[in-house]
Amino acid sequence: MEIKLRKYFTPARKEKIGESTLILFGLITVLPIIALIVFIIIKGLPAISWTFLTEMPKNGMREGGILPAIIGTFYLTLGTALFAVPPGIAAAIFLAEYAPDNRATRLIRIAIVNLAGIPSVVYGLFGLGLFVIFLKFGISILAASLTLSIMTLPVIISTAEEALRAVPSSFRVVSISLGATRWQTIRRIVLPQALPGILTGVILGLERAAGETAPILFTGAAFFLPRLPQSPMDATMALPYHLFVISTQVPGMPVDIQYGTVLVLLAFVLGMNILASVIRSRARARRQW
Amino acid sequence: MNTTFQKSSALPASEWIITRLIQISGYLSIVFVGLISIFLISEGSPALVEVPFSSLFGERWYPIEGYYSIWPLLSGSLLITVSAILLALPLGIGTAVYISEIAPQWIKEILKPLVELLAGLPSVVLGFIGILVLVPFLRRALDLPTGLSGFTGALLLGWIAIPTIVSIAEDALNNVPASYRQAALALGATRWQTIWGVTVPAARSGILTALMLGIGRTLGETMAVMMVTGNAPVLPSGLNALFQPLRTMTATIASEMGEVAKGSTHYHVLFLIGMALFIFSLTVNAIAFTLSNRRKKRAERLLS
Amino acid sequence: MEKILIRDFSLTYSDGQESLKQVNLAVPENAITVLFGPAGGGKSSLLRSINRLNELADVAEQKGQILLNGQDIYAPGVNPIDIRRKVGMVFSRPVVLPLSIYDNVIYGNSVAGQKNRKLLDQQVETALRQAVLWEEVHDRLNDPAAMLSGGQQQRLCLARVLALEPEVIMLDEPTSALDPVSTSKIESLLQELKRTYTIILAPHNTQQAARMADFAAFFLQGELIEYGTGDIMFTRPKDQRTQDYISGRFG
Repeated sequence: MEIKLRKYFTPARKEKIGESTLILFGLITVLPIIALIVFIIIKGLPAISWTFLTEMPKNGMREGGILPAIIGTFYLTLGTALFAVPPGIAAAIFLAEYAPDNRATRLIRIAIVNLAGIPSVVYGLFGLGLFVIFLKFGISILAASLTLSIMTLPVIISTAEEALRAVPSSFRVVSISLGATRWQTIRRIVLPQALPGILTGVILGLERAAGETAPILFTGAAFFLPRLPQSPMDATMALPYHLFVISTQVPGMPVDIQYGTVLVLLAFVLGMNILASVIRSRARARRQW
Repeated sequence: MNTTFQKSSALPASEWIITRLIQISGYLSIVFVGLISIFLISEGSPALVEVPFSSLFGERWYPIEGYYSIWPLLSGSLLITVSAILLALPLGIGTAVYISEIAPQWIKEILKPLVELLAGLPSVVLGFIGILVLVPFLRRALDLPTGLSGFTGALLLGWIAIPTIVSIAEDALNNVPASYRQAALALGATRWQTIWGVTVPAARSGILTALMLGIGRTLGETMAVMMVTGNAPVLPSGLNALFQPLRTMTATIASEMGEVAKGSTHYHVLFLIGMALFIFSLTVNAIAFTLSNRRKKRAERLLS
Repeated sequence: MEKILIRDFSLTYSDGQESLKQVNLAVPENAITVLFGPAGGGKSSLLRSINRLNELADVAEQKGQILLNGQDIYAPGVNPIDIRRKVGMVFSRPVVLPLSIYDNVIYGNSVAGQKNRKLLDQQVETALRQAVLWEEVHDRLNDPAAMLSGGQQQRLCLARVLALEPEVIMLDEPTSALDPVSTSKIESLLQELKRTYTIILAPHNTQQAARMADFAAFFLQGELIEYGTGDIMFTRPKDQRTQDYISGRFG
């Protein structure tokens, strides 16, 4: 029996079976993604209408539109960009262009890796403790954006650093040899060349922030608001939290509103994802090095 | 390029300021990790005084009546994480091996963006699909009283963890020098034998890193798991418990923090749970960081 | 008259790459001084020390002096940027910056704060004419410099240095990536330029060294072995090692 099996499982046969198994694994991973997106589009499209996108919710959110959630997610994403992008890119410049190879730099890298790994709900706790309570921002767009921006920081830093490092070092040497300072070299040569890569990273980071729920749960998200937020100190509705609310917290919720909401959120996220890959591939085609 | 600071004496003032700002931003990450630790400790540690140790590790989580045992939550988290990883690891590594070693270029170009896309999907979307599709399906297929169970959460979380595992494992496989493979093939090994005999073992520390970060991702996932596990803080008894409603640490914080009074015992205990999660993620990431650093060092030795 | 005087100059990198040991060398004005020898002998390190480009690398230890016009370039208070503007450098691979032809030429002046468009235009034309590139590119100055051929790119790099109006031009194997025609263009250009500039050239082969040298210095493993006028160095050198290298016994 043993011998027979061994004869049957020749290396070539083994290879064939093994590789087919791997293909199957790949399919198990990937097919549900496609199925999920197609499913959401098919189910969600009928719910999408002009009024759905531009009206306030009515009748305990069971009717009407989701405008405040859309606007809220837009504000939160904008706020996150405002607080996370400048320090994120600056930190990446520091790591790629200035940081000496010493213990302090290693500590920064460990900190970044750790920030990236902290569970999103812990960011929520931290935001509650620091921004909402300690700094007295209250449950607000400001507090939620700040919380989200700290969460987004490691994504932006690592992708931007990678983009900066991809710029050939010969450019830097030549620029310095022509009498440029280090910052002039960065601003005139390195940054413009790394910009598409940095932008891709920024968009991917913001995409994550836009879809997050846990960090805004106790820092800025509102269950329902009868009017749009008027200032950064107001709480806001947001697409991901709204989806959570209408799919678990509101009994008798019409399914089409749920699917419509999930489609809008998906479009937001997918749109950013596609934008990022367009920027990436266009820059790659135009690059001269 | 290994660079050091240019002597700043000769720089114009504006450049000096910009350089300082860049430097300060560089250290921000350390500041934030520090701040997060401080806040978690200062808000969480009072719980260790307020709740007697025996209660903290008792059997019940029922805050309204003052039962604050984190056991049920901890075991819920661990049970779900372990099952999710058991599912995600073979699928993730398999997919990574397929993408990096076997798939033709055009399939790679379809698979990789799709996996990245999965990584970018909001967990609340996945939770929503879990509720609408996975939960009813599992209830019928497994004949359960409710489809909201630890198993549902594990399935969903396993799937969510896959992109993390795939992308890091694939990186590690790609970093294995081509000469290794060529040597094995030249000695007459089949591609399959080369993969498992040479390439995967050579990438093992990267694969371990993938495993660690996958665990971190799973343990910290909040919304999806909260939406599909039924949220019952019961102490799991035996493996059967996987098919009953469960509650994780993350879900507990997310579902209860909104309703507690600041400074109450309940509030402090929730921060304590956050502190535990923070320590878990630090540990997992520290291990991953050491592993990947060691890999880099070994690669440098090999190449120099 | 020597333009540059190098006194007991030693250098080691922290990663243990090629280093310099006790180099003493005088570089005369308005002549081509050739640094030659096998790869890793210290030529590039020396060039990068003369315009303080070494500050970008991990220098572990540095001793001795380099004097430009009698002034120590490493003395405290000396701005490395001033040194780099006086001592221009052309690298072995033509590295054009990812900018237009025009912006490449004026890069050094523009980072120095020069904004007068008329003056810049003039500097571009002068520099490109000096580098014998003007005729080929004057009608497409705003095109990306990367579109030029390799030989044109290297002449652009030279023009970029000339636009700084330097006193010394250093070239580190400037023709190693070029075809013979472009090489001879650059070589005759250098013969022209030495009337106004002090030129230090690290050629990529001995033939070029012999062709170009007014003065020559032979480097081996970080040491300056022998120094003399070009015709003596390449016909009857004193040191056995120089002789061996020139006759092709190693290298």
